[in-house]
Order: sequence, then C-alpha cells, then structure tokens
Amino acid sequence: MPELPTSDHLTTVEVGLTVNGHARRVRVEPRKTLCDTIREDLRLTGTHTACEHGVCGSCTILVDGEAVRSCLLFGVQAEGTQVTTVEGLASDSSELTPVQRAFRECHGLQCGFCTPGFVVTVTALLERNPAPTDEEIRAGISGNLCRCTGYQGIVRAVRRASELIAAEGRGEAV
Amino acid sequence: MKPAPFDYYAPESVAECLAVLAEHGDEAKILAGGQSLVPMLALRLARPEVLVDVNRIPELSTIRRENGSLVVGATTRHATLEKDPQIAGASPLLARVAPHIGHFQIRNRGTLGGSLAHADPAAELPAVARVLDAEIEVAGPNGTRRIAAAHFFETVFTTSLEADELVTAVHFPVWGDGSGFAVEEMARRHGDFAIVGALAAVQVSDGRLARVAIGLTGMGSVPERAEAVERALTGAAVAHLDLTDAGVQAVAGLEPSADVHAGPEYRKRVGAALVTRALTNAIEEASRA
Repeated sequence: MPELPTSDHLTTVEVGLTVNGHARRVRVEPRKTLCDTIREDLRLTGTHTACEHGVCGSCTILVDGEAVRSCLLFGVQAEGTQVTTVEGLASDSSELTPVQRAFRECHGLQCGFCTPGFVVTVTALLERNPAPTDEEIRAGISGNLCRCTGYQGIVRAVRRASELIAAEGRGEAV
Repeated sequence: MKPAPFDYYAPESVAECLAVLAEHGDEAKILAGGQSLVPMLALRLARPEVLVDVNRIPELSTIRRENGSLVVGATTRHATLEKDPQIAGASPLLARVAPHIGHFQIRNRGTLGGSLAHADPAAELPAVARVLDAEIEVAGPNGTRRIAAAHFFETVFTTSLEADELVTAVHFPVWGDGSGFAVEEMARRHGDFAIVGALAAVQVSDGRLARVAIGLTGMGSVPERAEAVERALTGAAVAHLDLTDAGVQAVAGLEPSADVHAGPEYRKRVGAALVTRALTNAIEEASRA
C-alpha cells in the first residue's frame, strides 16, 4: 500500500472563530469542510454530516446568525465569524429552546439524525418569520430531509414552536 | 473530508485576486458562494489545484444605480436580491426570481456572480441577465470589460470568461414606468432546479406592448430568449393578444435535451404553457402600473 498523504503532509491554516460564544482557534487543511472542522477539531458532534454535498440540510448551522449548510463551507472560510451550532442554541445546556421543546412535544423526530439540522433551520426560520403559514413552514423546511417522520410531526412542531415563542414574548408561562 | 487537496487564497481586493489568477489561471477556480462548486469538489467532479475565495473582497458586494442601470456586485447573495429594497425597486425581476433559487440556506450563501459564472442553463439568474440584456463586468489583466449577457453564456457550464478574469458586477438596465415582470416555473419539489422556467418582462404604453422580453430556463444549453416572438408582440395592442400562440411559438425552434426528469416534447409543452402564463402576469402587472 502506498502511503496516503495525511494532514501532516499538507499545509494547514490557523483559523480563529467564535463558536457558541467562545473564541476558538483550530488548524485545518483548506479542504476540510466547516462541518468536519466543527465535529473533529472543535469536538462538537451535534452537527451531523450526511450527504456532504449540500442536499440534505443535516449539517445546518448559523454563521453570523444566518442558516447555512456547513458542508458547503470550508473551515478556513469561518475565520472571524460567529458560528452557532445546535449545542449553542439554548443559553444553558440543561435547558431546551422553544423550538427544541416543540420538537419533543410534537413528535418532530424519530431516529433524530436529521434533527439538529431541522432545529437550527427552524430557529432561523422563526427568527425571520415568527408566525409562518403552513405553506411558509413547508417551504422553510424544504431544504432539510427527514427519512422517518413523513414531516407531519415536524410541521406541527414548527407551529407549536411559533406559539411557544409568541407566548414567551408575552411573558406567559407555557 | 471529501474534496481533493487544493491551495487556498483569500484575496482582499480585486487587484490581489487578479494577481493570483494571473499566476494560477487555468489551475484556479473562484470560490464565491460555493453552493454549486463545493458539491462538485465533494463529488470530485472538479479538482482545481487552487481555490480563490472572493468572499473577503468588499468591493464585490456593493449595489448602486449608475447611468440608468442597477449595478449589483458579484458576491451579492441571493438572500440580498430577495430582500434589498433598492433591488426590488430598480429591478423587480431579480427580486422576484430570488425566492425560486434553492432553499433559504442556499440563498444565504449563493451569489449573483457565482451563478452567472457557473452558467447552469436551468438556473434563474443567467436567464434574468439574458432577459434584461444585462452586461457582465469582468476584471482581468488588461483592465475591465463588459460582456453582454447574449455573448456571455456559451454552452452548459461554459462562459466567455477567460481563466484570468473575474466577474466583478452585473449591470441590469432599469425598465421605466408601465413595466411588468413575471417568473413561472415547474419543479418537482420546492427548492429543486426547475425542469422548465419562463421569465417575462414587458412594458405597456397606450395599451400597446412597447417592449417585450421572454426568457426560458431548462430548454437548451444556455438560457434562451424567444426573440422572434418578442418582435412579433412588440407594438401589438394588449387587448388583442393571443398569448397561447405566443407560448407555442416561443418554444417552437428550441431543442431541449432529455434527462431523467423530462423528455424534449414534454419540456416544450410545459415551456409553452409557462411562457403564456408569465406573459399574462407580466402584462397584467404592467397594465396596472
């Protein structure tokens, strides 16, 4: 077997970024995708990789507050950005956000593999449009694939999350 | 980690970018939004030696009015096309096609210049550039030049851009009062590339069509214009138009290829119907304006 090149043989680049509110530095090969950087170098495995070519939405994260597919960015491109992964959505690791609570309540997941991508997507969606119509919900989640639920529970979860956020906004306990 | 290794450059000015391209030209690929290029890298359909990331060049993301045109910087993202009030006011067709591009996560990254340089004949923005007779401004070793959209798209994924050139901005002529714009698409799923798409831009004056432009996506190797139909409709009274026939005529000379989604005859039938619909909606909007 010929020896395959490893990252030690290739140029790596140092990248500084903020991840879930913490300043981090990593050294990565330029070809390393941001999702792999997050999972392997930053050791945050909540972000899931599935198709790795921008089709399934599993690896959705927030970069500077905008939802993006982290398999279509390279780690080096994250220099100077604010990255939020599913681990950083709730302010406290023992709490769930309204979106996360709604997914649990409404059976918005079965195997759970796609769920981090959905939760991040729906968080961004409701940020832009806090009271989406059913059509807007379906359009909003169309970039994320789920092979278990048939989406009904997910659509219900988005509606419920919208209610929970509105109730929180009014200061009501839910 | 799926892409093959490459050297990475992130220039901070057009001049710096051109210097990298001058050195690596044929071996280099520009990385803009990456929503088409990075999948191709992951699948190793593309294996450039050098990737030149243009996302850190501020001068590429400006939007301004200049001499009757809206000048949109190459790295303007689809999400900006969708939401920016200046774009919606000066070039409604750009704002209106934007929601049809991919999913919102893709629109947060994908760029105007990237879409044009990628030259997918199924994509919306190349068709908008064709319909509005946009000019693509490119910078190269001998300065800048402007390429008319009609001469920019050569065939599938191929433009007249040279290896040492960079798309810097796109000039979209601003249409005056009494204009209307429409986009109609047929896609299997929300966010997919449309199997066929039709774009219409019209200007109505004194009850007549003063100006007509019709574009089609997914109907050939480049975004198509239905120029014969445009000529036939120009000057016609809005009250006496046969737009069903206009749709049929618009696709008459085209020879779309077959793929897993649709054969050529089906594409032409859908294309004709979509052109009729787009023209109807654009004329209705123009007549109201």
